[in-house]
Amino acid sequence: MADDPNSPPPERAKAHLGFVVNGEPVEVAFAPHKTLLEVLREDLGLTGTKHGCELGECGTCAVLVDGRPVLSCLYLGLECEGRSVETVEGMANAAGLHPLQKAFADLGAAQCGYCTPGFLLTARALLDSNPRPTLPEIREALAGNLCRCTGYVKIFEAVELAAAWMRGEETQPRTETLYGTSFDESGLLPVVRS
Amino acid sequence: MKRPRTRVVGRPYPKVDAAAKVTGQTKFADDLFLPRMLHCKLLRSKVAHAKLLRVDVSKALAMPGVIAAATGRDLPIAFGILPVSQDEHALAPDRVRYVGDPIAAVAAVDEDAAFAALDAIDVEYEPLPAIGSIDDAVASPEPRIHDYGDAGNFHKLVAMEFGDTEKGFEEADRVYDDLFFYEGSTHLPLEQHAAVGDFGPDGKLTVWSSTQTPHYVHRALAKVLQMPAARIRVIATPNGGGFGGKSDPFNHEIVVAHLSRVTGRPVKICLTREEVFYCHRGRHPTLMRVRTGVKRDGAITAMHFQTVLDGGGYGSYGVASTYYTGALQTVTYRVPAYRFEGARVFTNKPPCGPKRGHGTPQPRYALEAQIDKIACDLGLDPAEMRKAHLVPPNSLTANFLRVGSMGLAACIDKVVEASGWRERRGKLPFGRGLGLACSSYICGAGLPIYWNSMPQSGVQLKLDRGGGVTVFCGSIDIGQGSDSVLAYVVAEVLGIDPFDIRVVTADTDLTPVDLGSYSSRVTLMTGNAALQAAERARELLVEAVAAKLGIPKTRVALAEGRAFDVEEPGDSGMPFADAVALAEAKFGTIGTVGSYTPPPSAGRYRGAGVGPSPAYSYSAAIVEVDVDPETGIYTVPKVWIAHDVGKCINPVLVVGQVEGSVYMGLGEAMMEEMAYRSGVNGNVVHKMPSLLEYKSPTTKEMSEVVTFLVEDPDPNGPFGAKEVGQGPLLPIPPAVANALYDAVGVRVDEIPATPEKVHAALKLARTGKTPRVGPARFPDIPYPPSMRVLTPEEGGDGKAVHQPPTGAGGVRRDVIETVPP
Repeated sequence: MADDPNSPPPERAKAHLGFVVNGEPVEVAFAPHKTLLEVLREDLGLTGTKHGCELGECGTCAVLVDGRPVLSCLYLGLECEGRSVETVEGMANAAGLHPLQKAFADLGAAQCGYCTPGFLLTARALLDSNPRPTLPEIREALAGNLCRCTGYVKIFEAVELAAAWMRGEETQPRTETLYGTSFDESGLLPVVRS
Repeated sequence: MKRPRTRVVGRPYPKVDAAAKVTGQTKFADDLFLPRMLHCKLLRSKVAHAKLLRVDVSKALAMPGVIAAATGRDLPIAFGILPVSQDEHALAPDRVRYVGDPIAAVAAVDEDAAFAALDAIDVEYEPLPAIGSIDDAVASPEPRIHDYGDAGNFHKLVAMEFGDTEKGFEEADRVYDDLFFYEGSTHLPLEQHAAVGDFGPDGKLTVWSSTQTPHYVHRALAKVLQMPAARIRVIATPNGGGFGGKSDPFNHEIVVAHLSRVTGRPVKICLTREEVFYCHRGRHPTLMRVRTGVKRDGAITAMHFQTVLDGGGYGSYGVASTYYTGALQTVTYRVPAYRFEGARVFTNKPPCGPKRGHGTPQPRYALEAQIDKIACDLGLDPAEMRKAHLVPPNSLTANFLRVGSMGLAACIDKVVEASGWRERRGKLPFGRGLGLACSSYICGAGLPIYWNSMPQSGVQLKLDRGGGVTVFCGSIDIGQGSDSVLAYVVAEVLGIDPFDIRVVTADTDLTPVDLGSYSSRVTLMTGNAALQAAERARELLVEAVAAKLGIPKTRVALAEGRAFDVEEPGDSGMPFADAVALAEAKFGTIGTVGSYTPPPSAGRYRGAGVGPSPAYSYSAAIVEVDVDPETGIYTVPKVWIAHDVGKCINPVLVVGQVEGSVYMGLGEAMMEEMAYRSGVNGNVVHKMPSLLEYKSPTTKEMSEVVTFLVEDPDPNGPFGAKEVGQGPLLPIPPAVANALYDAVGVRVDEIPATPEKVHAALKLARTGKTPRVGPARFPDIPYPPSMRVLTPEEGGDGKAVHQPPTGAGGVRRDVIETVPP
């Protein structure tokens, strides 16, 4: 029994290491058993990375390590020494949202928004390596990320739209994406574009 | 192309919180880190049913880093969502009723220390026989899981008859009698429940929680902690998915508040994924017997619907769920005489409650699967047969539900046409098939959960002389976009950009009461409250502007961020901010309120509180399946769905809700189930409390979805809007089952329709037996004598003509049970 109840158990001496997060070098001390997820959220204050299971089952905590998507709940903080980590906080810059972020926002691909950071980073890794993915390729790349709100449909459409924007195409969202399959002949559902 | 008459409503704006969500800036409950914050963990029962002989936390308290602990003795007052089922305790005082029932709690300096301390808590159980199924509960009146309820382990028994069903069955050309079972499934929100309690030195308590019902959490905290509600502030954080699973007041919310009061420090808890499975409150496993009499043309003459629900260990919303399994059968096709008998049993499993569709997907599945059988048997097209017997708009059903707008015929037409139903059904190669089903859902319950005559939703507006508009409302955004709906409605009326509006929601200190994000009530009810508040504000601005411009009020328009004379739109007028300043100068500080109370329901019988709604949404879906007849493995390549939403406040959000509902319906139809190991050493244990083993559809299983939005505006909805968050789930499971029949000629009368069941049915077909898989018998349920209500056609006034006394459990005053005044 410790004399001071506020002191942590003695065996948990902290590890101290440096890596790069969203382009910025950080130094951080943390209990060595901590996962990257915990280090990001608890020690670096980057709560944009979420968790759904902490068992590697849902993809919610996905971040990029040296450009590759990893499940931060299964990745020890210690493994990050000298590496470059990218989280959702690093996707937007002074110029604005990343095309994936804008497409997710415009198309309603983020409903509750909890799985969104993991989807965005996984999709980013896909588009970085494959600028023109087919729908089956998008489904395959995102198969490890669960979403309970959207049924994935708007997510697929957002990834396709963002990919087009990133290729420099001046693509607009499809009418069916915004309004459902059009019902214009009855005049019940007027079609407008803002 | 037609121009909309509205400028904001109906347009595909992003959500007002979209930017925060795609940048990871939305603060969910577990994202809150307060100075000096402690971390809480709950010790949960390892035994399904037991008396607690001893719970000793002294060793845990002595562990390093542990600051406080609590047991059931510390929080002895019972709570529960329904006034009639106050059967939960924050920590079990003397009895546990399912594996996962919370027994004790610790608060420690970090999560690791809190986890470690759980192992040091001593619990001595005296095991009791555990009840694991409906059959167990029916067969075992003892030991009673609760000492209240209608009989033995029956929590609730209800029976009601509208019109003369026996006469209806006599008039039928044929009577169909089918059994169906719908397995339990869970919400599976990606965000685990989390809460933070912070008891301040001023004696006031703040609780942040991922809850869909901050108002009910507020009430439960005041009751259990014995604190004045005025000193408690509940802030619902944005929910990372709810689907009904965060609608009850929960143990952990009360525990962190208590531990904060004890320690004087903020206390946080975030449940593990396994614990979320134990919190549950999901779909009730439901066994159903459906007898339906029909004429040769498919017209229904009478229906007798019997249900029995597996409620799990506590009441939760169960009494309402039970009534809901019998309420909405009458709002799609005309049912002139209707009898409903429902039962809910207690079992030693996590409690069931409201999941998307609350109590109605199970009977809707049974009804639509039986309708398909009837149409096939009578040689009628299932789409045409349904269309021929629709409930007319603006009518009153046999059980006194008032149907307003009713766009189901248009929905059926849309999916029939788009899917090639007439050309393809019954004509595709063996293994491929199409199935149709329809449904309806409420747009908010007509009555609140606890008895009161106050509004169900309130909105306050504050207009700033700088042009800023702030909307205050108790509603909580669970991802469906309720914050956005508030902004769109106010922006429409005031003629400003919705992104210029600040929305403050779900904070009991700052916002007027809204009952919560459940029963698909938010767009209709908060939308109407916001509309009223905005129109009152508009009136003040218009009066001030008219006076300034020297024109009649009728000539003032508010649009495009300006106030101007409609007869001189180019030259007259002023920016919106100047109009607010004028109004402030004229009237003083500008603030308005709006509120919404649903119209009184027509039914006056006991149980009439469940089913009435200001409006009903309608959906029709056609599902295409591709079955491998060798294995029973099948896919759903495509779904066509049409939904009558009344009016789209924002089509992108409406389509998103439709697609999400289709997805969740497919999960339930094909794979999702809460499965338990029962009888192992008398215990009942969840088989797979993890996201990996509880199968839900991934990106690779999800179908292509073609969505049609049908707008049949309802006079009770804001701009005519009806619900969309739950209704489109309902037709999916029966459409899958009906498509399997079209594809391979087998009936799977049990959800989920797994490949194993399809395979078993195909095997029966090959051996010449009836190719059906499903329940074989309905247990003998001691339903009480049916209360008899004359239908509107019989000249009934909505009151029961004969109302037998209720059982022992029906004596408490509750809105569901009380005869409305």
